[in-house]
Amino acid sequence: MRALILPCSVIALWEVVGRSQVVQSDQMSRPSEIAVAGLAALSDGSMLSATGQTITTALVGLLIGSAIGISLGAWFGLSAVAGRLSQISVEVFRPVPSVALIPIAMLAFGFGYGMGISIVAFACMWPALIITQAAVREVPGELMEVARVLELGWASRLFNIVLPDAVPNLFTAMRLAAGISLIVAVTVEITANPMGLGYALVVAQQTLHPDTMFAYLIWIGLLGWLLNAGLLQAQSRLFGRWSIAA
Amino acid sequence: MEMSATQLSELRRPDAVASRPILLSIDKVGFSVPAGNGKLTILEDLSLEVREGEFVSIIGGSGCGKTTLLRLIGGLNLPTSGTITFDGAVVDRPSRKRAVVFQDYTKALLPWRTVVGNIKLALDSGTTPADTHAATIDRLLQQVGLSDAADRFPRQLSGGMQQRLQIARCLALEPKMLLMDEPFGALDAITRQNLQDEVSRLAKQTGMTVIFITHDIEEATYLGDRVVAMESRPGRISAVLDINLPWPRDQLTTREDERFLRYRHELFKYLPRAH
Repeated sequence: MRALILPCSVIALWEVVGRSQVVQSDQMSRPSEIAVAGLAALSDGSMLSATGQTITTALVGLLIGSAIGISLGAWFGLSAVAGRLSQISVEVFRPVPSVALIPIAMLAFGFGYGMGISIVAFACMWPALIITQAAVREVPGELMEVARVLELGWASRLFNIVLPDAVPNLFTAMRLAAGISLIVAVTVEITANPMGLGYALVVAQQTLHPDTMFAYLIWIGLLGWLLNAGLLQAQSRLFGRWSIAA
Repeated sequence: MEMSATQLSELRRPDAVASRPILLSIDKVGFSVPAGNGKLTILEDLSLEVREGEFVSIIGGSGCGKTTLLRLIGGLNLPTSGTITFDGAVVDRPSRKRAVVFQDYTKALLPWRTVVGNIKLALDSGTTPADTHAATIDRLLQQVGLSDAADRFPRQLSGGMQQRLQIARCLALEPKMLLMDEPFGALDAITRQNLQDEVSRLAKQTGMTVIFITHDIEEATYLGDRVVAMESRPGRISAVLDINLPWPRDQLTTREDERFLRYRHELFKYLPRAH
């Protein structure tokens, strides 16, 4: 409860200062106005539909990006040749800021889901790829030898030995990527794509509705927090036992 | 009471083993690894033939290359000179016909699979029809005494039970040869004796050929039809002794047998001692 003292005081102070007319600003809003605007946006459905669009973009992008990242990571990790050949490409492409791809994605997909999803997928691919590649290389040598003696094919080796061994790490990769996915999805909407929470934020700002703008901002923060907390919870529940065994 | 090699060979059994076909043939095998500017020779000019159904124990001090020899037979590493022939073909990779029981059972089992799941891995990757697997697993669990632990995970098993599970997984392959690398080294004395008797019984029941690495002379003698002693740097065979003791062997009477003590005495000469 003590942790709430500071934020509550700040909000109270903000409200008092706003009402006292000491500061005059078109960019600021009082907490009470923000709450009203937030409730209004929630009740007319605009906030929920924008949330749906952003979450869809983030999740689909996350899934595609992770799938590509995990596949490539497993390949580069298992095959020494592929790992060496890919090294330069990974080092060159990974530092490219994902938002720098917005113009290209806009040309390729136009406005809409395709553009957002492709950029989110690009951003989410890297942590998945890097962590998977490292995890695959760390599979105990004994298990790989067991696989050789059992004459397992590469697919069986991957799905029965390598991936199960790497699963806890893969989940960490997914959790990192999930945080990134929301950030990138909102960024794309703010800068280019006319949909979702990011776009709603920009519209509120440009139509001089700071109360609505702040309401969206707080809502986005809440979503990000919920996403991470949910994934952390799932991780400890699913893999609490796993890590003891590993 | 010293015995010459001739006297010992008089104890040779002129029985069935000697007339069976040769399953494994190690011919002038050497193994070396690069070290610094030169190379480090681990095994040198090593030859040995093993017949079908034979139980061969290999003893030697640490670092004599006995584990390397087992890995070469398993096909996990390839010799740098000479050839190993198994069942008429040159060994160039691991095979389900030569199942390896690894020394460190804690790392050789899949921790995310149950006892049944670990055995299933061996069956699923084979060619036997899937509808026979349940019955096979039941039989194997019974053979190694793990029927009550079927749904447990490896970390919930004692060391002896984990090693039994590894043996069951190897038996699921229906191998012609079982390669065991100091499989009981980490177990307590009682568990160890029980497992010795179980492996001995399983080997004779199935007619499987076994190569058993150990640094324990008594274990080697107790289990083997033949004991191969190795010397170090470079690793090579220093003596081969036929063990003429009746089957099935017994922890009490076999170990008290006068011949057992003589073999032990003889083999003792080939193991390194602190000077």
